[in-house]
Amino acid sequence: MDKPKIRKGMLSSIIPGLSSLSQRGLAGWLVVLGLIIVASIVTMTAISPWVAPYNPSTINVGPPLMSPNSQFLFGTNDLGQDVFSRVLSGGGIMLEVSILSVIICLLIGVPLGLFSSYAGGLVDRFFCLIMDSIYAFPGLVLAIAIAAMLGRGVTNMALSIAVVYVPSYFRVIRSQVLSIKEMPYVEAANAAGAKGRTVLSRYIFPNVVPSIVVVATVNFADAILTAAGLTFIGLGVSADIPDWGWDLTNGRRLLSSGTWWVITYPGLMIILLALGFTLMGEGLSEMANPRLRE
Amino acid sequence: MSRPLLAVSDLTVEYWARRGKVRAVEDISFSIGKSETLGVVGESGCGKSTLGLSLMRLVPYPGRIVKGEIQLKGRDVLGFSANEMRNLRGKDISYVFQDPMTSLNPVKKVGAHFVELIRAHEPRVSEKDAVVRTRKLLKDVGIQSERIGDYPHQLSGGMRQRVMIALAIALNPSLVIADEPTTALDVIVQAKILDLLNALRDAYGMALVLITHDLSIVLERSNKIIVMYAGHMVEYARSEDIYRNPQHPYTQGLLKAIPNVELDEQTLNAIAGSPPDLLNLPKGCRFWPRCYCAKEKCREEEPPLANTEPDHYVRCGKYKEVE
Repeated sequence: MDKPKIRKGMLSSIIPGLSSLSQRGLAGWLVVLGLIIVASIVTMTAISPWVAPYNPSTINVGPPLMSPNSQFLFGTNDLGQDVFSRVLSGGGIMLEVSILSVIICLLIGVPLGLFSSYAGGLVDRFFCLIMDSIYAFPGLVLAIAIAAMLGRGVTNMALSIAVVYVPSYFRVIRSQVLSIKEMPYVEAANAAGAKGRTVLSRYIFPNVVPSIVVVATVNFADAILTAAGLTFIGLGVSADIPDWGWDLTNGRRLLSSGTWWVITYPGLMIILLALGFTLMGEGLSEMANPRLRE
Repeated sequence: MSRPLLAVSDLTVEYWARRGKVRAVEDISFSIGKSETLGVVGESGCGKSTLGLSLMRLVPYPGRIVKGEIQLKGRDVLGFSANEMRNLRGKDISYVFQDPMTSLNPVKKVGAHFVELIRAHEPRVSEKDAVVRTRKLLKDVGIQSERIGDYPHQLSGGMRQRVMIALAIALNPSLVIADEPTTALDVIVQAKILDLLNALRDAYGMALVLITHDLSIVLERSNKIIVMYAGHMVEYARSEDIYRNPQHPYTQGLLKAIPNVELDEQTLNAIAGSPPDLLNLPKGCRFWPRCYCAKEKCREEEPPLANTEPDHYVRCGKYKEVE
């Protein structure tokens, strides 16, 4: 094999392993592109309090419904808030919700999938039945129903999204474990006198980690869109916190009167963030699938 | 003679399949002494691997041991609890699997397999001591100890099988079961691995069960040989006796099938036909449809296992029990 070429770009010095990613061809570049998009949005949201020209929650910083101009780059909304400042800082809630929901999904879906699949038999049937019945619902409808029951707030949004996506973790992990637990190295571990717990944690779990990573990245993108949907129908957070989802709701009302800028910019941001995560997920799954081990 | 290391009597293993019960191993009795090698020979599907796995009580579901006794150093293995069984596996009996390519955990370094195994069975050993022992074990099986930090995919097939063997002997077990340890390897590596196993057997004073479909490789390396056919032990004798005086027609066929480079023969002497379906066994002797000397009697009644000479057992209608 050739020696790996080391790219002397700035990015590869910042992100370790980037040079190996770019050698995986298109898939590697997709991951890198997704990573750049996500990282810049996260950074933008994090530094927004210092760089935003106006306080995103303050009303009447300018005349209402001004079209984009040099003073208000993206214009103002009907409350006279600066849309540019709101776009800069509005990703916080969405990121919080998606991160939290992915963590909840990981904490519930992964152990459940591992355990159920490894135990097999009736236990497995039981959990599969529950997961499949959740899976049978349309995701957004179920999330809306749960969010309506739980009420507003970041945690409640994350919970309702997590309920919808736990089955996808469960299913992927379950099917992976089904094949891995028949591998000779698992049999060899049993023959060496390993406990069931050891087999599960040291032999099976590390081998499903690549799939978990892929599911989680795809889940991130879905969670963002669902979070936007929840806020859009008013099940998100209260209006004084800048949020792209809320701006969408607000902007939809104004769109008919020709003020396109209130809805367009936050909408683009949501699409961009979801795109970033999707690219990462697609690239990672492409890289993980052929099992490029040798 | 002193008590054998492992004594198995009337061992019977059944798989409860949907279409009925399959007796993969039926009424098998044998014994192995310390530092002995027992060869188990037979075609695919004759119950060799099931026999090996049943010695560790690892027969995969839906199989179960329905009858028999396994005595290891005088202890009744079949009466062990799940916990005692776990302690026994790896420590007293260990297993070398057929496929070295997938028998190591792909996400763990070679050394980690050893450290985990050693510390699982001997919790008081420190990690450092375990590493020291690992290096010695790797050296014993002919692998540079620097490879301790390699991942399994960085090793060749033969090296991986050496690692598997090193893992099998890591806790100094009294019995190692090697289930077709060389099937996935080429002939030269095969000979090296088998010689290594025998050398380690002598060095560590352990007994070895060598399961294979190739009679030629166990003939010169084992003390005793079991020839299996369709779940039955058709012949069980010292390997010299198997070689000089094979009594069962199946064993004779296997011996004839070994290619001889010194003869000018152009064809190989194969045994015609294939082993019977265990769900649909022929009446009488299980081998008669392929037997060159089958008589009417063979189609009617199943022959018993006859003791024809000292330490020589045959299951064939031609032979009578010698008192």
